[in-house]
Amino acid sequence: MNKKIICIECPQGCDLMLDIQDGKLVSVIGNKCAKGEAYAAAEIQNPMRILTSTVLAENMSFKMVPVKTSKPIPKAKIKEAMKAIKKIRLNRIVLIGDVIAENLLGLEVNLIATRDC
Amino acid sequence: MVERELVIVGGGPAGMAAAITADENGVKDILLLERDQYLGGILNQCIHPGFGLDYFNEVLTGPEYADRFIKKIKNIPEIEISLKTFAVKLTQDKIITYIKPGTMESIKAKAVIMATGCRERTREMVHVAGTRPSGVYSAGLAQKLINIEGLLPGKKIVIVGSGDIGLIMARRFVLEGAKVEAVIEVEKQPSGLVRNVVQCLEDFDIPLFCGHRVSGIFGQDRVEKVCVVQVDDMLNDLPETCFEINCDTVLFSVGLIQENELIEMAGVKINKKTNTTDVPGMFVCGNAFKIYDLADTVTEDSSIAGIQAAEYLERLI
Ligand code: SF4
Repeated sequence: MNKKIICIECPQGCDLMLDIQDGKLVSVIGNKCAKGEAYAAAEIQNPMRILTSTVLAENMSFKMVPVKTSKPIPKAKIKEAMKAIKKIRLNRIVLIGDVIAENLLGLEVNLIATRDC
Repeated sequence: MVERELVIVGGGPAGMAAAITADENGVKDILLLERDQYLGGILNQCIHPGFGLDYFNEVLTGPEYADRFIKKIKNIPEIEISLKTFAVKLTQDKIITYIKPGTMESIKAKAVIMATGCRERTREMVHVAGTRPSGVYSAGLAQKLINIEGLLPGKKIVIVGSGDIGLIMARRFVLEGAKVEAVIEVEKQPSGLVRNVVQCLEDFDIPLFCGHRVSGIFGQDRVEKVCVVQVDDMLNDLPETCFEINCDTVLFSVGLIQENELIEMAGVKINKKTNTTDVPGMFVCGNAFKIYDLADTVTEDSSIAGIQAAEYLERLI
């Protein structure tokens, strides 16, 4: 089976043509670099995305602290992850890179601050 | 009047890059004016990833990208940062007048770099009929409300235009629990990056109507619905295709315009090909110079303005 997808790993946005047999990636064409192949493989097995959002800070100079997952998480988990992120309240000064929540949803990724707040 | 070597107006990615390279190229006295209470400009509200791939060869969010430059600048004693400082006037003699809390001052610069960025086009600029209810925002304003102020502007959203900020805000609204009913783009192709169409719309099953326009926004006090109509190749409405979408919020993501009022008021002309102007020693960089797609390119090009200013100052001596 052939499937057309667009690589989102960089602003180039290459058109990838995937050859998929029995749910497995056989070949990719159209990618301008190796990242495109890894992206294609993940897209058919378990699409992964970095999730960014904000966490509510209480009694701090910033109301919202921007955060991101330290690594991509499964796309299917984004909703659940957002629920967890929305429950967090911060009441301490954080620095960029600080861990805000460890092992988010047991996915072995941390939620980290992306700004000194 | 106080005299300074180099004054840079704007502490976003363009102004910061220009300041750093000017310093690296020997300028010993740099004053960086920023109207907000922190450096970084629009990057601070762009909390999504996608920055830094070209310049740092890694994926960063906007605040992280900004932080690299902010930390660097704070370690350069030759660069004085003046926050909450709003430049209100510029003259051809390179006198800059600015207000900051409690005072209004003028300084004379030997060289000036204007890095004042851009602003969003509004509903008024794309001529949408209908009433004037509340609930109409530019995409970047909605971004600021959600990401900086922690306020959700609405629950049922229609986005007019498919610029990158609009696409990114579509995803952001969905993540925050709102429903994005549709993105409406008058051209045949989305105007934002294709990766944003994929990761912001397709990932979240948000419908994109290309070749359509919002012909009317209606509501008593608050937005209640929009009318959408297909357009032909000449962008004329095809009235029989009209349909309505119920919503409480409309975002406009219909392009950016350079924020160059100070330069225009001074009667200075920008040289379209370089970062220079018709006033020697006055430079323009970043989105004030031209609208860029990527912050990385802003950094690279604005670095050139920093070098140009340094070279100009060197020739003066
Ligand atoms: S294949 Fe490589 S060059 Fe093409 S979009 Fe993906 S990462 Fe970018």
